[in-house]
Amino acid sequence: MEKLKKHWWKVLAALLLFYTVIAGLLMDAPRLHILNETIRALHFHVPMWFGMLALLLLSVVYAVKYLRSGELRHDRYAVEFANAGLIFGILGIVTGMFWAHYTWGKFWSFDPKQNMSAIALLIYLAYFVLRGSFEDDHQRARISSVYNIFAFAAMVPLLFILPRLTSSLHPGNGGNPGFNAYDLDSNLRMVFYPAVIGWFLLGLWFASLRVRLRLVQDKLEDNL
Amino acid sequence: MRKILLILCLFCSLNVLAQEKQEITQQDYANQQVEMADRFRADGKIYVVVGVIGLILGGLLTYAVIIDRKVSRLENLVENRSSKHLVG
Repeated sequence: MEKLKKHWWKVLAALLLFYTVIAGLLMDAPRLHILNETIRALHFHVPMWFGMLALLLLSVVYAVKYLRSGELRHDRYAVEFANAGLIFGILGIVTGMFWAHYTWGKFWSFDPKQNMSAIALLIYLAYFVLRGSFEDDHQRARISSVYNIFAFAAMVPLLFILPRLTSSLHPGNGGNPGFNAYDLDSNLRMVFYPAVIGWFLLGLWFASLRVRLRLVQDKLEDNL
Repeated sequence: MRKILLILCLFCSLNVLAQEKQEITQQDYANQQVEMADRFRADGKIYVVVGVIGLILGGLLTYAVIIDRKVSRLENLVENRSSKHLVG
């Protein structure tokens, strides 16, 4: 019972993901031109971006916490949340390309949404390059925390504002009146929202495992 | 005052860029002109796909649980080691 109290959110993640797969594939979906059955990719592709955003938000929160407290523990959280967020982002862009291949005709059509998300991911990749270039733990933590704030502040307009100002193939952007994630119809929403939470919790789970391993490593290195 | 005017102007420009959202209606659910995998579903083969993906998801989640337990054991080990004495 005590275990369930501590790990309930992991159980919830598993249940939501099973629900996503089963309901996402079986439930009635709107019959739309071009999209056809691929509309179901919505429950897998879009949650990657939502998950990425939430994980990177956690990362920047811990970066600010580190800057305020100077505790390396907070930096460990920040880097592992960023790691998990980046993985979600890469999965998002790859699944997006795959989906686009069938709906837009090309893997990469240099669409503003695609370009901007690639830039956002590159900014976060630079975060890890930056981290690799320091010897001293605190120096690395301090400078990369500052960079983390910049990266997050740059990512939000890149993903959510700039593509909306120009024409884009991506739904919900520019002159394209495709379906918008927030105005989905109620049937899709019944799977989509649980899917977003489920995938995010899975990312949180993996990130927490990595954080715990890092903290164990820190402890061992201190002892040696 | 000028600030408020500026903010009001911003709100005006929102309308200019407002997107027309294409609503999904009940008709879209009944639109038989759009090809869907109806046959595939009627044959019941979709359950095979759901079954395979479900099993793989189950396997991966079990793997995550096992890794989680291993990390917990490692944490306990390090905790005990640092509180007692250094071994190995």
